[in-house]
Amino acid sequence: MSTPVSIGDGVETPREPGGARMIATLALAGLISGVAIVGVYELTLPTILANRARALKAAVLQVVPGSQTMKPFTLDGGALVEATDDTPVEERIYAAYDEGGNLLGYAIPGEGNGFQDVIELIYGYDPKERKIVGLQVLESRETPGLGDKIRKDAAFVANFDDLSVDPEVVVVKNSHKTKGNEVDAITGATISSKAVVKILNVTNDRWLSHLGEK
Amino acid sequence: MNNLAWIFISSLLVNNFTLAYFLGLCPFFGVSGRLVTAFRLGLANIFVMVITSLCAWALNTFVLVHAPYLRLISFIVVIASTVQFVEMVIKKLYPALFRALGIFLPLITTNCAILGLALFQTSRGYGLVEGLVFALGGGGGLTLALVLMAGLREDAELSDIPSMIRGTAMNLMIAGILSMAFMGFAGLFSSS
Amino acid sequence: MAERDGGDIYREFAKGLWKENPVFVQVLGMCPMLAVTNSAINAVAMAAATMFVLVGSSFLVSLLRKVIPKQVRISTYIIIIATFVTLADFTLQALSPSVHKELGAFIALIVVNCLILGRQEAFASRNGVLLSVLDALGMSFGFAIALLCLGSLREILGSGSIFGFSLCGPHFEPWVVMILPPGGFFMLGAILLFFGWWKEMKAKRRDSVTGRVA
Repeated sequence: MSTPVSIGDGVETPREPGGARMIATLALAGLISGVAIVGVYELTLPTILANRARALKAAVLQVVPGSQTMKPFTLDGGALVEATDDTPVEERIYAAYDEGGNLLGYAIPGEGNGFQDVIELIYGYDPKERKIVGLQVLESRETPGLGDKIRKDAAFVANFDDLSVDPEVVVVKNSHKTKGNEVDAITGATISSKAVVKILNVTNDRWLSHLGEK
Repeated sequence: MNNLAWIFISSLLVNNFTLAYFLGLCPFFGVSGRLVTAFRLGLANIFVMVITSLCAWALNTFVLVHAPYLRLISFIVVIASTVQFVEMVIKKLYPALFRALGIFLPLITTNCAILGLALFQTSRGYGLVEGLVFALGGGGGLTLALVLMAGLREDAELSDIPSMIRGTAMNLMIAGILSMAFMGFAGLFSSS
Repeated sequence: MAERDGGDIYREFAKGLWKENPVFVQVLGMCPMLAVTNSAINAVAMAAATMFVLVGSSFLVSLLRKVIPKQVRISTYIIIIATFVTLADFTLQALSPSVHKELGAFIALIVVNCLILGRQEAFASRNGVLLSVLDALGMSFGFAIALLCLGSLREILGSGSIFGFSLCGPHFEPWVVMILPPGGFFMLGAILLFFGWWKEMKAKRRDSVTGRVA
């Protein structure tokens, strides 16, 4: 490695005081920093993983009402199998069960382009009724006060508590929701509302045909 | 999902590196006095960004899978070495270009836009091609912001502005207005 | 290191708070400061992380200043800084996942905060441990004051709340733009403008006083 920058320099000495010492210093600095980082990493990793698992579980249990436990699943050649530790996160969905171990539904993560940036969400799906039973927006940078209502507006979120997926979810404006598969758009944030619904439909296409009753 | 056009437009306009993410503000305020220099610095940035994106991809794919905790430190070391290396190559092969860019190249190491690019690319899980498009868009966005800013500042220099306002305060106000204008690009790709 | 009296030590600490305030006077470290100050709590987290990194690396750099060869000093500083930032990153992730999610990549970007590298180069590499730590503490408090100032003003105007507590009641129509990117530029610009005006007023008053005497 070489000296990268010179900020407010002007102290360049003409002679080289031993390249070996320079390399040794850098190597030592690298070694010490490596040890420190690995130490703290090992120390904090369990907590970080536990935090993440807890956040995920909370989200899953929230979007599938009444559920108590969950288990990750993935697709393997068109069949639904239990996910292993190696399964990438974006290939996973989560089955949610009540106390008796009966399947209540699946929590499916999805993402897509919103008005400003990518929206990430997770929603609950009940395969018996073919209905979406809950939705939580995990990540969005939509405009505060308008687009971020997809997360904060209780009336909009309630649209997804009992929403039929057949033939597909559609957005209607000005609170004209009449059918089971319709969602009322947020006034002033039609594009964000449509983005959410589009993510639902795309994700549904990918997963629903594999989620029979199990 | 991550379609390339969207990544490009998003990093160029909608989520402009400088005006929406506040990356690369140091050159944005420091070197935007003259239009020509601003443009050249922007080009140098694009160049380093593309190379950084390649390096970050290689690191993420081949090295950091085994040691994710070394991400930050390896990124910064790689960026610093890359800049140094690029500087040497340009000096050797294109002395004229080196004279034009020379002073700006070292400054790029501590430019948050470069490290930000590598970090965002990682956290969004971009692959090789997506990363390159992201680098082009992000670098282009930075250049665009720099050039617009420099143009406005050259103009402002000739205007009758109270001395109290001149300087950083005025530049910040100009940047705020530019940033507001760029907000108008939101939704370019999402209206279905 | 020469003997220093109490006043000197106090001065090294206090200069960062006001006279050489890193944000309001030197206009350094703008990238993190504008990006995360859309709420007061984010500002506090960012300030705390920056303080940890700045004080830690100032301590190490001043301790090792005679060992590190000049040619590789910047590389060594960057390695030291990057180590502390990684530590801060993991710790924050373990302590408060929600704040970590809000700040995202900007915690990692502390590495390239010009303020930190600048202090190593300008102060810690030339002064003893005690003074360097004091200087770092002063600078980080100055940075914290600026962040908190900007963060709370933006949150009050942009969301009508502070630290999440509603201030202005339900009838307040928030200036949404203030928590969006342009608001960051405008608010910092306004603060700098205020300081410019204040300085000018002071200079004028002094002029008029001396004018009368003469």
